[in-house]
Amino acid sequence: MKVVLQNLTKKFPGRGRKNPVEVTAVNDFTFEIPDGELVGLLGPSGCGKSTALNLISGLLKPTGGRIFFGEDDITDLPPESRGVGLVFQNYALYPHLTVKQNILFPLQNLKGKDKLSKAVMLEKATEAAKLVQIDGLMDRRPGELSGGQQQRVAIARALVKMPGVLLLDEPLSNLDARLRLQTREEIRRIQRETGITTIFVTHDQEEAMSISDRIVVMKEGVAQQIGKPQEVYDDPVNLFVGRFLGTPPINVFAGRCRDGRLYLGEDAVLRVPGIADQDVCVGVRPEGFVLQEEGTLRCEFGSVEVMGRDISVVSGHSASLNPTVRSIIAAENRVDRESAVVRFSLKPQKVLLFNKETEERIYGEMLAL
Amino acid sequence: MNNSRDYIKIERTAKARRTTAGVVTYFFLAVWAVIVLFPFYWMLLTSVKSYSAYNAENIPQFFTLSPTLQNYADAFTEVPLGRYLFNTTIFTVVTTAVMLAVITLAAFAFARLDFRGKNVMFVLFLSLMMIPSELVIITNFVTITNLEMRNTFPGLILPSVTSVFYIYLLKENFEQIPDSLYYAAKVDGTSDLKYLFKVMIPISKPTLITVTILKVIECWNSYVWPRLITDDENYYLVSNGIQEIRENGFGRENIPAMMAAVVVISVPLIVLFLIFRNKIMAGVSRGGTKG
Amino acid sequence: MIKKKWRDSGLKGWLYLLPAILFLGVFMVYPLIDVFVYSFEEGYNSASQTHFGIGLYNYSYVLHDPYFLQAVRNTFLLVIITVPLSTGIALLISVGLNSVRPLRNLFQTVYFLPYVTNTLAVGLVFMILFKKTAYSDGLINLLITWFGGDSVDFIDGPYWAKMFVLCLYTIWVVMPFKILILTSALASVNRQLYQAARVDGTSAFRIFMRITLPMISPMIFYLIITGFIGAFKAYSDVVALFGTDLNAAEMNTIVGYVYDMLYGDSGGYPSYASAAAVILFAIVLTVTCINLMVSKRKVRF
Repeated sequence: MKVVLQNLTKKFPGRGRKNPVEVTAVNDFTFEIPDGELVGLLGPSGCGKSTALNLISGLLKPTGGRIFFGEDDITDLPPESRGVGLVFQNYALYPHLTVKQNILFPLQNLKGKDKLSKAVMLEKATEAAKLVQIDGLMDRRPGELSGGQQQRVAIARALVKMPGVLLLDEPLSNLDARLRLQTREEIRRIQRETGITTIFVTHDQEEAMSISDRIVVMKEGVAQQIGKPQEVYDDPVNLFVGRFLGTPPINVFAGRCRDGRLYLGEDAVLRVPGIADQDVCVGVRPEGFVLQEEGTLRCEFGSVEVMGRDISVVSGHSASLNPTVRSIIAAENRVDRESAVVRFSLKPQKVLLFNKETEERIYGEMLAL
Repeated sequence: MNNSRDYIKIERTAKARRTTAGVVTYFFLAVWAVIVLFPFYWMLLTSVKSYSAYNAENIPQFFTLSPTLQNYADAFTEVPLGRYLFNTTIFTVVTTAVMLAVITLAAFAFARLDFRGKNVMFVLFLSLMMIPSELVIITNFVTITNLEMRNTFPGLILPSVTSVFYIYLLKENFEQIPDSLYYAAKVDGTSDLKYLFKVMIPISKPTLITVTILKVIECWNSYVWPRLITDDENYYLVSNGIQEIRENGFGRENIPAMMAAVVVISVPLIVLFLIFRNKIMAGVSRGGTKG
Repeated sequence: MIKKKWRDSGLKGWLYLLPAILFLGVFMVYPLIDVFVYSFEEGYNSASQTHFGIGLYNYSYVLHDPYFLQAVRNTFLLVIITVPLSTGIALLISVGLNSVRPLRNLFQTVYFLPYVTNTLAVGLVFMILFKKTAYSDGLINLLITWFGGDSVDFIDGPYWAKMFVLCLYTIWVVMPFKILILTSALASVNRQLYQAARVDGTSAFRIFMRITLPMISPMIFYLIITGFIGAFKAYSDVVALFGTDLNAAEMNTIVGYVYDMLYGDSGGYPSYASAAAVILFAIVLTVTCINLMVSKRKVRF
């Protein structure tokens, strides 16, 4: 089912007694999610992504804007009438019920003509359990399951009534690193198999990038950028998005454009023929560095971290706005650990320019020297 | 050489001291146990002594060689002990059941629902915890009398079907259930009432059981209010029954029959206690003073 | 993040609260106001429900009533004797209980028994144990004469003997609660503190005074405060020992006086009962406040 958000806004009344400042958790959020896609809502904590999810689920009512599922305006419907499945960060499994009873729970709420016979309910529950591969654990209680298994039960419970939209709130944050990798692929598989439009919220950009068809990067209630993960990574619209995506994070320098050249401190690094002279913020992805003896970017050598396939060179530069400059280069490179200075040239497509004040992206042709 | 002998000596004195301490401790613990148990023993013992044998004892005997159950038969036939037990059972069951309903609904409202004035109301409820029952019992007595509910079950039951303390206890318990369970249920279309019955109550079962047991004990032993509100023997509870037996029943001196009645009255709660020992003790230490 | 709950209707919340509010209102809030009103209404007649005037006469009557003064004296004696004694003995027993392993559960179970028994019923047993009758001196007197003492009638005899039985029975009744609270308090003291002290060569007595007592002092004060409140309200255990005509037995308590005034042999005076109840409430409140002030200074948690 297609999900359309139109100028969605949510304001919370202020808490303070003296100066109740209204908090805008979601601000004028417009977005269309095509049927069957997996979308990641991404942002730092407090950016309004969970609020957005709860607006879609119906647990919160928007202050303004509309929500459509397909062609239907469901803005004023209560959660149970929306046909959404919701998976909570802490899974919210009923501790006193078995796995089977947990999965059956949503079906037992159906009333009137939707009411199902016991046999059909059981069949549906088994089907959902099979889908997430927990059909062998049906008589256990949540307390007897591992975190990953609980997560699957929560997903099964959300899926059992065949929702039009599946919503996942930080689905991986309570799992350990290894399970996280495994579970995110699992979520991807389940979503592919069912074809249910799925929206999930996360603060982990790697998680979002790895499985989403599309990501939405949010900041302070405003959607900054929406797009395919690779596009957003390669082409962020502003410094915030650029900084938020990628590990290790992007290196940011204070730079200048002068006479068609881009300077980082005293070092001219690229040619920027179309860009007017101005002070800029320069983002350089860690993989955008090339170790070269005649490279124009001169950094004070710090240390080398070997990561197997790659090595990471940690260095310093006077114009850097990050504490260190971190580059990732192929392991074949030999770094002279005795030398005080390490020299790089930059890959033009990995260098991003941002306006120094607005931090908006400055687009323009960039060429090697 | 010298050193090692010293160690042996130190070890020996330490061990001796430990043993002495242990013996002394056990001795005192046993003394208190005897003090606690002796009245129970005495009441059992006396209850199986025959009336004539008991009265013939100028010097009380610590055991009897000819136990009899006649006193128990007397207790049920000569005074309406069965009636007292029946009344107390009704009183206990109804009071506890109504109270559970009242406090569950109230605790649910405080813990889960949102409405204007909730916090003010809760503070008001809490402040009522400090009011001693002796202060309000006078008006309640007058109220019940004016409603002509003396010597009726509603008159006995109604004033004790709410407990602010238990509302508080249950509310705390309800609040420990994560919000997300409620939202999950909401997304699945569960009504508030259904959520209360299918999720909150089952999860809070341990607390509800504790509250139930404490209330049952309180009801079974209640004396003051029933005494004020009943003067018709048909509505006496066991405590009043005991008092009645003592003053008018059995012609005063039939101590063995009296003791038989006391045993019959005490046994239900002692059995309950032995079954739910851990629950009761945990519940009491969480906050129940007697009475 | 979504702490705000459903606000669709505030009415629902009140609906759920309604039974509780109703019962509390009728049997708690209204009586609370009413008792103060009663206590100032002079010459109240319960049959016609009229009164002559407003004033302090009821208080003055109660405060000059020898029965009331007797009741106050008895109650204070009972409080002063039983609260420290029961707390102290409970502490000793709990410490002992905490230091042994075998049989601990058995002892705990036994010690708790009085809590679940009917005060009236066991009081009757106590009475029989202590009472002197025409045929027999009773078990306790038998023991006393064995040890070469003179027998005393503890139930109908001299004042001190009656007070002694009352205190003994009160302690017997309140002990389970105190032992329970203190054993769980003792059990929750961090074992490592003891181990550290032992390694430093601290004597057992010093460990008790310097570590155990301070660690459980909040609970001791809690017990003292609840003990005071409970003992001031003593009534049913007195009835259990001495029967309902407490004034004749010189063993009445303040609560007993209230009930007697309300209903009983001398009954039918709700105004006097109210005045006495308010005086009791004032006494309890004052004592509790003093307790709290002292404990605030002494307890360091």
